Amino acid sequence: MAKVNMVQAINMALREEMERDKDVIVLGEDVGKDGGVFRITEGLLENFGHERVIDTPLAESGIVGAAIGMAAFGLKPVAEIQFMGFIYPALDQLFSHASRIRSRSRGRYTCPMVVRTPYGAGIKAPELHSESTEALFCHIPGLKVVVPSTPYTAKGLLISSIRDPDPVIFLESTRLYRLIKDDVPEGEYTIPLGKARIVQEGKDVTVIAWGSMLHRAIQVSEGFDAEVIDLMTLSPFDEEAVFNSVKKTGRVVIVHEAPKRCGFSAELSAFIAEDAILYLKAPIIRVAGYDVVIPLPKLEDYYMPTVERIRRGIEEVMKY
Amino acid sequence: MPEEIIESFNVKGLQTLSEKGEVDEALMPELSDDEIKKIYELLILSRTFDQRALSLQREGRIGTYASILGQEASQVGSAFAIDKTDWIFPSFREIGVYINMGYPLHMLFQYWAGDERGLRTPEDMNIFPICIPVGTQIPHAVGAGMAAKYKGDKIAVVVYFGDGGTSKGDFHEGFNMAGVFRLPVVFICQNNQWAISVPREKQTASKTLAQKAFAYGFEGIQVDGNDVFSVYKVTKEAIEKAKSGGGPTFIECFTYRISDHTTADDATRYRTKEEVERWKEKDPILRLKLFMKKKSLWTEQYHSDVESKAISMVDEAVKISESIEPPKPEDMFIYTYAKLTPRQMKQMKESRWQR
Ligand SMILES: Cc1ncc(C[n+]2csc(CCOP(=O)(O)OP(=O)(O)O)c2C)c(N)n1
Ligand SMILES: [Mg+2]
Repeated sequence: MAKVNMVQAINMALREEMERDKDVIVLGEDVGKDGGVFRITEGLLENFGHERVIDTPLAESGIVGAAIGMAAFGLKPVAEIQFMGFIYPALDQLFSHASRIRSRSRGRYTCPMVVRTPYGAGIKAPELHSESTEALFCHIPGLKVVVPSTPYTAKGLLISSIRDPDPVIFLESTRLYRLIKDDVPEGEYTIPLGKARIVQEGKDVTVIAWGSMLHRAIQVSEGFDAEVIDLMTLSPFDEEAVFNSVKKTGRVVIVHEAPKRCGFSAELSAFIAEDAILYLKAPIIRVAGYDVVIPLPKLEDYYMPTVERIRRGIEEVMKY
Repeated sequence: MPEEIIESFNVKGLQTLSEKGEVDEALMPELSDDEIKKIYELLILSRTFDQRALSLQREGRIGTYASILGQEASQVGSAFAIDKTDWIFPSFREIGVYINMGYPLHMLFQYWAGDERGLRTPEDMNIFPICIPVGTQIPHAVGAGMAAKYKGDKIAVVVYFGDGGTSKGDFHEGFNMAGVFRLPVVFICQNNQWAISVPREKQTASKTLAQKAFAYGFEGIQVDGNDVFSVYKVTKEAIEKAKSGGGPTFIECFTYRISDHTTADDATRYRTKEEVERWKEKDPILRLKLFMKKKSLWTEQYHSDVESKAISMVDEAVKISESIEPPKPEDMFIYTYAKLTPRQMKQMKESRWQR
C-alpha cells in the first residue's frame, strides 16, 4: 500500500471515480492544465481530456450554478472553488438552488454534486485564504458538509460524496494537505457520510473535532483518558456517536478553528444539552477561534486554538 | 420593420510609443520633460520595489506576493493622471499605483509581510485597501461614484481589476449600474493575458475586453498597456470626462504578466518560455528609455542616479518595516466593530497569555 498525503489521496479518489463513471466531471478555476493551485487535480486533464476536466472562466457563481444544471441533467459534477473565501459569490446558487432542487421539484430533479474547497488557516496565506465558515453551510437544509482529517478518510469520504444523491460541500484543510501521510489503498472503498469515527476510546472526557483541529485534539488527549471523536460529516452529524460518548464520559470539549460565535460547536452543544444533559458532569467547553476576522499571518498563531488552549479546556471540565 | 442594422460599435485601439521608442506626435499627450522624467523615475521605483519584494519573499521575510513585472506602465501611466482627491479602488496587483500616489513604501512591505496595519491608508489619500476576492471591488467604485455625484464632489473614481475579473458577476453588475446612472467612474482593466493558468482567450469569447463597455452604454478603449503615454492620455481624458458629467469609461490596458501569478505559482506549468520572451521585448521601461534617449533626456548617469535613489528608498522602507514591532494580539480584536463586544473583551485577555 502506498503512503500518500491528502493531496494524493483526493487525487486518487477523483481519478478512480472518473474511471469508474464517465458522468463524473471536474470543473473549476485552474483545475486543468495547472492541476489546481494545490495540485489536487494533477494529471486528470491528461487522462480524461478537456470535456471532463474543465478550466472555467473566473466565476464562482457560474461554476456552482453550472454544476447544478449538469447534476440535474444527469452528470456528477465535482466543482472546485479555489479557496473557501471565494465560495461566497456562489452562496446564492448553493443556498437558493443546490439545496432546494429536490424539494422544489418534489423529487423530480436532484442535485448530486460535490463542491470541493480548501479551507482553514495555518499556511500563512493572504486575506480570505484561511476561512473556516463550515457552519454557514451546515445551517442550510439540503446541503451535506464533509470535512476529512486524514488522507485515508479523505479518499473514502470523497468517493461517498461523489456517489451521494445530494449536494455535498467537501472541505479540505490546507494545513493538512501535505502534513501527514497514510496508507491509502488503491481501488475503491467508501466511508459512509453521516458517521463519525472514534479515533481513541476513553472514559473521562469526550473531545470532538474535525479537519485540522482533530490532530491538535489528539495530541492533547494523550495526557487524559479522553475519547476523541473525528466528526468527519458535520451535516448531518452522527448524533448517535456523540450521544453514546457523552453518556459514557459525562464531559465534553469541542474544538474548532472557526470563530466561536455560531460556530458548529454551538449546534453540537445544543444537541448535547437537549438530548444528554442529564449525563453531563461538567459544563460543555468550546475551544475555538476568537470572534474576529481571521488575521493575516503575523497574528495567525494567536488566532488558532493552540494545544495549550485545548489542554486548558480539558483541564477545566476535569475539575468537575 | 425590414431587417436592418440597428446598432454597431467601433472599438478603438491606441499606441503612441512603439517598442522602438518612437512616438506618434499627433497622439502624444501634453507632458513636460520634467513630467516624463518623473514618470521614468516612478517606473524604476515600482520595478525596484517589485524585485525587492520577490527576493524578500524568497528569503521568507514577506509572505506570498503578486509581482507587477511588465505591467508598470499600465499602473504608473494611469495613476499619473489621478488627482489626490480622486478615489482609487485597487485589486491586489497594483503596487505601482500605490507607489505613484505616494503610499508609504514601508507600509506596503509591512502588509505583504502579513501585518494588516500596512493597509491603513494615510489620511491624505483616498485609496481603498487591497481587494483579494477578484472583481468584488468594482461595485464599490460604482457606489463611491454615486456618492460623489450626490454630494456634488468633482472627483473621479478609478477602479482596477484584471482580465479574469471581467468574468465575474460583479463586473457586469457594476458596469451596468455605472452606465445606467452615468457615473464618474473610470474602469481600468490590466489585461495581462493570464488569470493564473487561464489564458485571455479562455476567459471570454469576446475579441477584446474593451468592447464589453458598449453593451452597458459607454465607451471602452484598448490601449497598449506597455506604452505609458497612451495609458496616461486615455486615463487623463476619462477622468476629465468623468468630472465634467460625461459618465464612465472603460480602459483595457493590453499588457503582460512577466512573473508567475504570485510567488506561490509556477507559470512554466502552463505557458511557454517563448511567449514570455516575446513580451519581454515589449518592456514598458525599455521603450520609454529609448524615447528619452532620443530626446536627450536619458543618460547612463541619469539612469544610475535614478536607480540608486530607488534602491535607497526601498532599502530604507525594508529597514523601517522590519523594525516595526510585530502587532499585538489585541490588534485582531479592536477593529471588528467600533466597540468591542463583552465576549471579545474576555477573549482578548485570554489571547494575551496564550500562543
Ligand atoms: C473571487 C475569487 N476567485 C478566485 C480567486 C483566486 N485568484 C486570485 S487571483 C486569480 C486570477 C486573477 O486573474 P486576473 O483577474 O486576470 O488578475 P491578475 O492576477 O492577472 O492580475 C484567482 C483565480 C480570488 N482571489 N477571488
Ligand atoms: Mg490577468
